[in-house]
This record gives sequence, C-alpha cells and structure tokens, in this order.
Amino acid sequence: MASFKSTKIPIYPKLGEKVTPDTLYWKNYKAPVQIKEFGAVTSIDFSPLAPHNYAVTASTRIHIYGPFSQEPVKTFTRFKDTAYSGKFRSDGQLLLAGCEDSVVRLFDVSGKVALRMFKGHTKGVHVTDFTSDCYHILTGSDDYTCRLWDIPNSTELTSYKEHTDYIRCGTTSKLNRDIFITGSYDHTLRVFDARVEKSVMTMDHSQPVESVLLYPSEGLLVSAGGRYVKVWDLLKGGQPLVSLKNHHKTVTCLSLSSNGQRLLSASLDRHVKIYNTTNYKVVHNFDYAASILSLALAPDDESIVVGMTNGVLSIKHRKSPEGKQEVAGKQRRRPVYRVFVKGRNYVPKNDDFLVSKPVKSNLAKYDKQLKRFNISKALDTALESWQKNRKPEITVAVMKELDRRGTLKNALAGRDEQNLSQLLNFLIGNVVDPRFTPVLVTATEMILDIYQAVVGQSSVVDRQLVRLQELVEREIDYQQELLEVLGMLDTLFAASLPRKEVPCPGSSRPNGLAEGGLGAPVPQLQAA
Amino acid sequence: MVEHAEIRMVHRGGSKINFRDPVITNDSRFLLCAAGESVNVYSTSTEEYVHDLQGHTDLVTGVVLNPSNHLQVYSCSADGTVRLWDFTDGILIKTFIIGYPIYSIYVSEKHGGVVFVVVPMANYKSSELFQLVAVNLPRSGDQEVEARELSAVLCDVSPHPGAASFGREGEYIAAVKGLQLEVFFFKKQKSYRFSLKSGTKKGAKNAFTCVSCHPKEDCVATGHADGKIRMWRNFNQKKEYTYSTLHWHHGAVNTLCFTPEGTNLLSGGIESVLVQWHYTQENQRDFLPRLGAAITHIAVSPDGSLFCTSHSDNKITIIQSCVKVSAIIQGLVKGDGVWTNLIIDPRSKALVLNGKPGHLQFYSLHRDKQLYNLDIVQQEYIHEEGLDQFEVVKAAFDARGDWLATVEERRKKGAELEINLKLWAYDKLTQSFVLNTTVTAPHEDRITAMYFSPSPETTMLVTTSLDGHFKAWLLADHSDTKEGFWACDFVGGYHLLKPGCCSFSADGSLLAVGFQEVVTVWSPASWELLTTLSQPPGAIRDLCFGRLSCSKYLLGTSTKNQLCCWNLLTCSLEWSTPMDVSLLQTDPLSENIAAFCSQSGSSDLFVFKPSEPRPLYSQKALCTGKVQHAVFAPRDQMLESCEERTQWLNRSQLYFFTQHMDLLTFSTKTEEDRLLASSKQLMCCRDAVTPFYLLLGKHRRQQLEKQEALTNPMAERTQLPQGSIAIKELLHTPAHVLPSASFLCTMFVRSLLISSSSAGEEKEHEEEEMEREKEEEDSEGEADPRLGESAACGPPEEFGAPALTKAQERELRKVKTFDHSWLSSLLDC
Repeated sequence: MASFKSTKIPIYPKLGEKVTPDTLYWKNYKAPVQIKEFGAVTSIDFSPLAPHNYAVTASTRIHIYGPFSQEPVKTFTRFKDTAYSGKFRSDGQLLLAGCEDSVVRLFDVSGKVALRMFKGHTKGVHVTDFTSDCYHILTGSDDYTCRLWDIPNSTELTSYKEHTDYIRCGTTSKLNRDIFITGSYDHTLRVFDARVEKSVMTMDHSQPVESVLLYPSEGLLVSAGGRYVKVWDLLKGGQPLVSLKNHHKTVTCLSLSSNGQRLLSASLDRHVKIYNTTNYKVVHNFDYAASILSLALAPDDESIVVGMTNGVLSIKHRKSPEGKQEVAGKQRRRPVYRVFVKGRNYVPKNDDFLVSKPVKSNLAKYDKQLKRFNISKALDTALESWQKNRKPEITVAVMKELDRRGTLKNALAGRDEQNLSQLLNFLIGNVVDPRFTPVLVTATEMILDIYQAVVGQSSVVDRQLVRLQELVEREIDYQQELLEVLGMLDTLFAASLPRKEVPCPGSSRPNGLAEGGLGAPVPQLQAA
Repeated sequence: MVEHAEIRMVHRGGSKINFRDPVITNDSRFLLCAAGESVNVYSTSTEEYVHDLQGHTDLVTGVVLNPSNHLQVYSCSADGTVRLWDFTDGILIKTFIIGYPIYSIYVSEKHGGVVFVVVPMANYKSSELFQLVAVNLPRSGDQEVEARELSAVLCDVSPHPGAASFGREGEYIAAVKGLQLEVFFFKKQKSYRFSLKSGTKKGAKNAFTCVSCHPKEDCVATGHADGKIRMWRNFNQKKEYTYSTLHWHHGAVNTLCFTPEGTNLLSGGIESVLVQWHYTQENQRDFLPRLGAAITHIAVSPDGSLFCTSHSDNKITIIQSCVKVSAIIQGLVKGDGVWTNLIIDPRSKALVLNGKPGHLQFYSLHRDKQLYNLDIVQQEYIHEEGLDQFEVVKAAFDARGDWLATVEERRKKGAELEINLKLWAYDKLTQSFVLNTTVTAPHEDRITAMYFSPSPETTMLVTTSLDGHFKAWLLADHSDTKEGFWACDFVGGYHLLKPGCCSFSADGSLLAVGFQEVVTVWSPASWELLTTLSQPPGAIRDLCFGRLSCSKYLLGTSTKNQLCCWNLLTCSLEWSTPMDVSLLQTDPLSENIAAFCSQSGSSDLFVFKPSEPRPLYSQKALCTGKVQHAVFAPRDQMLESCEERTQWLNRSQLYFFTQHMDLLTFSTKTEEDRLLASSKQLMCCRDAVTPFYLLLGKHRRQQLEKQEALTNPMAERTQLPQGSIAIKELLHTPAHVLPSASFLCTMFVRSLLISSSSAGEEKEHEEEEMEREKEEEDSEGEADPRLGESAACGPPEEFGAPALTKAQERELRKVKTFDHSWLSSLLDC
C-alpha cells in the first residue's frame, strides 16, 4: 500500500540578483528616516567622538544631529551666506565651515559664536579641513587658491595658486601633517607638501573633480568627477589604477566603509553604489528619491546618511540583531519542561523490545482535502494560504492538480459572491504571470463559463470582471508588440550571420539535394 | 527457405499472472496462479517463485484446489484438458481430456469426482455462446483419461470465471450474464432466473459483472457495472425474492468474494481499493486504499487469514487480514503501450520499459523478475477511467548508466501539451536513480527521439521534437553548488522541417538527425552542419550508424519502403533496397544490425552487416503483426558457437515484443541444453529457504554438534561427512549471499583440519582427490580462463542438495577441487 503522494509545488528559479553576503549586509538597514532641511545638503561629517553626532551643512546653517535623534541637537546659524563643508576636528571639539562669503569660521562644538574667522579668500570657500596635527587648517576656494592657516593666530601660512579653476574638494593626510590633496574643476588633482613651494604631484582626472578620498593607508587616492570614479596609486607617482564608470550622471561624493573593504559613491543619478575595493566590482546599490550631493557613513557602518538636492536628509540605521531575537523569544511559547522531556530521556535497555511507531507523514492542509477528494475545500484552503502568505505557486499547483483530476470545474462552481470575488482577485493578481498563465487561463475560462448566467447581479464581481478583461487585453497587446520586436531581431540576426556553404556532393551521385532546390541551408543558431 | 533447426523462437518470461484468480493452499504456504501455459507456485511468506507446473499446451484458464485432497490441484486449459497435480512436488498426477477448449473451472465439496467447466456450446462452435457442463471424472489408474461424460448444467453463461459461484454446501450454483442472474438448484434440478432492467435512468448500468455466494447462508452477492453490489435473498421462489443494494464503488465492481466464514464480503474495482463489507452490518466498511492498480480478482485463503488480490498491472498482492500488505508478486507490467521502447540499463543489464502508469520498470531478463519500479511522474495516480494522466513516453540511459533521461507527456483534449524532461542521476548509495533536473516544456511540441551521446568525455543529451528543432542538453558544472544541473546548450533546425529521429555515431563524434526526407549530419563538438544526405522520396523513419568495422556507414529507413546505406567517407549512397522496415536495431557489441520488416500482415527478420551484401540470418514470418519494439541484450557469458547461422547470437540476445505484447527471444540449441541442465539442478531445491538461512542454520547446528563432540570423543568420527557437506555448501553458494570471508574462514579451515586428522581410508580418498586436482590444474592451463571463472562462481542456485546421483556428486567434487585452489590463493594474499 503506497502512501499518498503530495502535490508537487514547483520551485521557480528566483530571477534578479543573486544573494551574496554583501547584499545581506547592506540590506540589513531599517527604513530610512527623512528630515527636511532648508536647502540642498552639501556636506555631512561624523564626529569621531563616541556618540558620533554628525554635522549637516545645508543652506546657511549647520545642524548637528545625535545618532538617533530626529531633531538637531545643535545649530550654527552665524553665516552670512550659504555655508559649506562643516567638518569636525579629530578630537571632536571644534567645527570648521567655509562660506560663500569667503570667510572661514571655526566653532567650538558647545558654543554658538565663531571662535576664529579666517579672512583672505576672495570668493566662496567650498573646502575646509584640519591637518593631522590639529593646529592648522586647509581651505580651498573658488578664487582658484588653496591656503593653509594657523588656528591659534588665525593667520595665513601659505597660499598655493596652481589650479586654474574652482577648487571644490580636498583632503588632508591623516599620517603626515604637511601633505594635502586638492581637486579642482580644471580636471586636475594636486598633491601639495607644505614644506615646499609647489605641488609635488599632479594627476589628470579629465573631468571636473567633485570629490577626493584618501585610503586609510594613504597609498591610494580615489577621485570622482563627471561620471567617473578613478583610483590612483600615490606610491607609484600618481599612476591611474582603475577607472570606474558605473553611474550615468556626475558622481558627487565618495566614502569608505568602516573596515575599508568597500567604497561607496553617490551620484546625481540618485544612486549610491558600493564597490568591492579588491576587484572594484559593484556589489550593491541603493536607490534614493533625488539627486545625491553628500554621503557619510557612521563608524562601524551603524548608519548611512545621505543628503539630496531637494534638501531631504535620509538616515538609515542598521538593524540591531539582539532586539529581533528578543522579540521572537518573547512571542514563542515554550512547552513546560516536564512535558517536553517526558519519555524522551529513556534509554532502552538491552532486553527491551523496541516497538517502532509508523512514521506519520505530515500532509499540507490542501493535500489532506485532496486525499479525501474534497475538491472544493482543497481549492478553498489553497486560496486561504495565498491570502495568508502570498504564495501563488501553491494555489496554482492545487488548481493544476484539480485540472489533472478533471474536477477543476466542479471545484470552481457553486461559490457565493464573496468566494467568487476572492477567486477573481487571485486571478487578477496572477493570470498574466508567465509561470502561471497556462493553468490560470483554463481556470478563467471555466469561471466565465460557469458564472456567465449571473453576470450583472453583483457590482463587486462585475467590477472585477471588467478589470480582468482590461488586464487580459493589455497583456495581449504586450505580446503582440513583443512578437514584432522578435521579428525585427530575427531579421537583424539573419543579416549579421555569415552565410556558410555546406559541402554538397555533386549531382552525379545518387544522394544529395538538387542544388537549386533548397540552396545552401542556414543553420539556425540560438544562444541557449 | 531452409529451416534453421538450431535457432528457435522462445517465450521468455513476462507471462500474465493476473489472468485468473490465484489460489492459496490450505496451509497458507503457497500461492498458485495461472501464468501462460503453466501454473506458477509462489511462497506466500517470501514472495519467491518456487516452481511451476508444466504440461499444458495452451493458455491455462483456471486453477482450483481438489476439494477431496488439499495437496492436489486441478487446472484447466484452452487445450481441452483438465489436469490434476501434486503442487508440493510439482508432479502431474492425471490428465483428463475433455476435448473442448475450457474457459473456467468450478468444484464443490458436495460434488465429489465431478468438476464443472465452461466450454463453448457444441452446436455453435464459432459463436460466442458458452455452457456450463458437469464432467464426471472417471476413476482409472491411467495417466491420461478421456472424460467424455458431460452433462450440461446451464446454457448461455459468461466465460468469465467470476460470473458463476457455488452456493451454500454446493446446493446451488449462481451464474450471471448480461442483465440476468440464474440460480440452479441441483436437488430440484430447477433453475430460477432474475433479470434487471437495462437502466433507463442516466448513469445506471445494471449489467452484472460478477457473483459470489455466501458459504453459510442463502445469499448471493452480485456486482454491477455502475459500482453497485446487490445482495439477493429468498431466491428459491420466483416471485418473492428480495435484494438490498450496497454502493461505494464509482466504477464497475470487478470482483466479489466472501470470506470462508461468511462474516465479510470483499469487493474490488478500478479504484484499486479493497473494500471489506461486514455481512450483518452493511454500512460498516473497511478500506485498504492505494493498492497500485485496478483489482481484477480477489482470493481468500481457506482459513481466512490471508487475502490476495490480483491487479491489472500483472501483480498479486498478499494481504494479512485486510490490514497489511505482506507480500507483492510482480510480473512484467504490460500497460497500454510501450512508448519508451525497450532499453537495457547498462548497469544492471535489466530491461527497462513503461511499467505502472507514470513509472519505469526495471525487469531482470535472466531471473524473470521485476527488480524495481522507478516513479517518474511522482504524482498521485487517480484510478478513474477517461482521465488524461502523465505518461512516460521516452527514456534513455547514457553509456555508463550514470544518467537516465525521461520525458513525460500529458495531452489534454483541446488544450496544450504538457511535457516534462527529467534527468536522473544514479546514486551509488541507494542503488537507484535520484531526480537531478526537471525541465518543464523543453520543446513546444512532442519529442520524437531522445539519445545520450555515447562518447565517454561529455554527457550530452539530444532531443528532437515536432516543433522543428533539436536541442542538445549539457550538464552544467557549477562550482558553488554541489551538484551540476542540466541546461540547454544548442538549438538546431533545418529549414523548419520536423525532425523525426536522430542517432549518434558509436564514438559520439557525429550526430545524424533525420528531417523528414533529409538526413543532416552534425558535429556535436562545434555544432557545424557537416553534410546533408537525402534519398527522396519518403520521410526518414529510423536512423542508425554502423559500429566497429562498419562505422563508416549510416543506415536509414524511409516511409516509402526503402532501406538505404550511406557511406560517410564518400558522402554517397552505398546501397539501397526496397524493404518495409518497421524497426532497425543495432547490436551494441558487434557490427550486426537487425531489421524487422512487415510484409502482408506478418513480420520478417533480417540480421546483416552493413558492409556485406548477404544477410547473416533471415527468418520469414516471424509472427503476425508488426514488431514495434526490440532490443539486443548483452549476454552474461559469451556463447562460443562456430556455426555461421548462430554466430550473431554469441554476444547478445535479441528480445522483441510482438503485437500482442508477448516477449520473445531467439535461442540456440546449445543454450537450451544448458538451460535444461540448470533447471534439473534447480529441481533439487524446491523449498523456499534462502541459502543464507540454510548455511547459517546448518552451521549453528553443526557447532552444537561439535560441542557435543568435544565432550564426547566418540562422536568425532561420525561427524566427518558433515564437514565435507559444509565445504560443499560454502563453495556452491553464490558469493553475493555468503557472509563475510572472515566469518567463514575459521569454519572453513576447521573443517579442513578435521578431515586431515581423519582415518586412513579417508586419507586414501584424499590422495585420490589430490591426483584429480593435479589433473585439473593441468587442464586449467589449456582451458579458457572465462570458463574457469564461471566455474569458480559455481552453479548459481545450488545449495543444500540432500540427495544427489553419483554422477552429479562426481561433478560437484570436480567443481569443489577447482574451488579449493581458487579460495586458498585468495586466502594467501
């Protein structure tokens, strides 16, 4: 006596990207928190100190947000014009910001008024940074100069006027207090050493440079400009290493993940791409609602903060693994220990006679009904399971099984309005899915056959039928168009394939085709 | 035409065991059933075939126990005889010649010395009318007796054996036919007829299908075509009879049977559910569902403990008290058709073909036993008529037997075709095939041919379909997943013609695909179209490449009765001949090709080499009808026939199915002689005791005796012959049923030790043996090593022979001495 064979639920291959550790890692963020700022968010910087507040520069203000607050914990408003590039010092005590009015201001994080004002630039200052010894600052301006200032006396130390266009990005070395790098709209990147008069290295990005980034080891330099992200080897004298073109609009911001293994680039095309720094392949991709101007990652990748042109600041926090476990643990009711172990810890003795219990096979609900030939109930349970966990393949497999048994029509018949509308809902949702169409089209035809007499009695069902009709008509149009495209492609392929002569023996022999008859055959090649 | 006396067509296995009711013997140890021209005896506990009762010259149509002697059985046959057998020893006791073909047989305890048989009516020999006659069996001592004392009991009865039944203590007999039930009382010599209306209502089919009488009470149960069971009572009056109706079956009731005490009624039908009705409370039923196929007969053992059901898929199930299936005797399943053709599994050398619906069966030709069923479709089979279910339509093995490809198909009326291509990997651990890949809708239309590439490097599958394409499938290796899966590699076509057949060359370097009238030859390595061959008119029906020395030839048959042979080196036609070839089959081990031709309603066979103009063997009028399926099965042992006519049978045997689904093969005289000899040996062991049990049981007993012997030194001498028997058993049991060598070794060595310490006369005997051994060894050098091997394996089923003739014993000793050297050499290393 064979046991009942359960209905086969076909496993459909998952289309789309493959699940890699990277996608799992970068998908593990909560839904983003959106904060509206006054203008385009041009710069975001995380404080290196413990709570890791971050400074958001937008319009004429700099807001400092706490790691989980949605309201700014502090605001700096003493700017005459648009502020740029709010930056924390490495001890987290001081904040530096440039401004469109050419004045660079230095704030104490706890104060309100600027501690120092650095005046000397003639145009807006877009780049500011502290040197690694914390006593000097670097500024770069639209007046094509970049300067070094002394913080205690607020005096200008040196000025370099080598760029021939706006300087819009720059960074200082974290290992050497004298070295810094600037990028400019004149398509060049220059490496300066404060101890010498001139730039020590020049690299041509061939696009206006929007962002530069030094690796923690400072052997590699990443620059972004135009649609390109380029990596340079500084130890080899500025030799280009890779050029990445993964965005289709200007790349505006670069960032490294906390372990330095992943590089993030944000662009005006509303995407953030994540690269593997060993092979520079894109491993993940984030979509945002508007063009992105600035991007920053909290230490340990705890949160990703993105600023956009429409003034929206989007913050994604990492899901905490412990919290999830706690919730799950609370919900599950464990059996009482005594019940749980009852009889399970009995060790059979030598002369015990073991009676093996027949293994009971667990059948799914719909299979139980199918086994009893309760066809309508089987279909009902299958539809229920679709409503519960949205797995149409189960419902379709049950329908297919009923069709195989020749009882699908009986199962579909005899339903009231509510039941029928539920069934129609399912069909509307899935009938155009190419995986399910063959089965569901038969089911739809049967439903129309059965219920055509009662059309017009229920407004709900009528509305659904009209929707179904529209859906099917649209699908037919699609198919028509696709066929046309296929025909065009066939012509193109046929034209591009070289005509190959097949050796055909002479006509004197009794075999072979008549030469004129069919001509040289063209083998039909299709990529599998 | 010269008659070839040495080659003969023989039936080989696969006889129908579900043709008539099986019979369980009184002690419930054996089960007897009619199987073709013999009666097979099976053991009910081990389901093993014990022996058969041979003697009838036509289909056996009934088997019943002799009511007066429970160790004897009557069998009747279409050859017009009733034979009485002693089934435990398989001895024919008596033959009664009736003179008319017999269709069924009934006996009753009350009517001693009389059997009731159904024979065609004498007057209307050609018509389909039958009568039930009583035959007085004459008591004479002769082996063959003519029983001409016939007296008609009932006229116009159904030849179906379930359509008549003896009532309580044989007082009456009930028979059904069409819409009529007839009950004949022997005492009154009077019969009553009861008829039903022919069902005016829709769906009511009142026709009787079977009848069974209650053994203790006056009650007759009848089964009907619409699934109803009627219980008739008070039928000894014409008017006041009553009946009650039971209804559970949705299809026709095929068979009914009361248990011996009459407490339960068993019924079965197409649903393949055994239903047990309680006689007094008829609304109480027990079910035993999913027995595999429609139930055709039910039999109950005389003590009521065992039921057995025969099924339409040539199977007998033995059931213990309606709860548990205890044994299944399965014959070769012959379903509605053999769509997969006959295939030989390269691993087990079993014949593979369609089995139960949705299954492939693996049938061992040498043992005439089904090995196992492989569930291909893996769906619950719904036992109902008129359903379109999935059927396995194509199957193919790769050269090593690692992969099996199957195609299943379901064609709905007016809807599109559902096709699945499945690829199965051989799992060494479970010794069976495991599903690896399922391709739904591999083609848009039916698949016409499917073959694996025979080349050892690549495992490639090619399918051709009516949608105008052929596809090549390759095993894609994926490093990240453990197992690879199959994916389509190439899609080819030729001028949108429909490919009908394909064939790989023996080394897998060429693929020939027949596109209607054109043969295209492709290179599977680069998928280049190498050449096209054509011999219009007529579409290509079958293609095959020559092998070995003839590998340059490609043979094809066309619908316009042409057999063509192309030479692939010159790309030209070598020869062609007008022949209506229905089937072309190559021998995988030689260059021979067998062609079955159908001519004027019968089939001819030609065996030829493509390079030679003269056929090696031809046989006209092989059988009636077209031969559609044939296969060359490789032999275990090569025959060494020098005869030119029989040489083609040396390496492999040709099996084929006739139109009536009989499995036939060709055998030579030498082969038959050998078979006869082995069957003689088999006669010795007719008990269904496994050799394993025999060996271990004897060993245990022997050990006990030995212990006794140790305590009692006097017993030592008498024990000697026992030791030699142990050796005999050890050496003559097939190696695969023996326990491990380490276990046997001590026993073996000990037995040798005893014999060496035995008395002088025994020594003498041994010296004699030594001499013989030397001789044997000398001759061994000359003998064929293959022969030596076969001898070492020992006769396959020879064990525990209690009584042997002198000559046989000598022969055995010869073998034994042979084995000594073999085993000791093994022990040394």
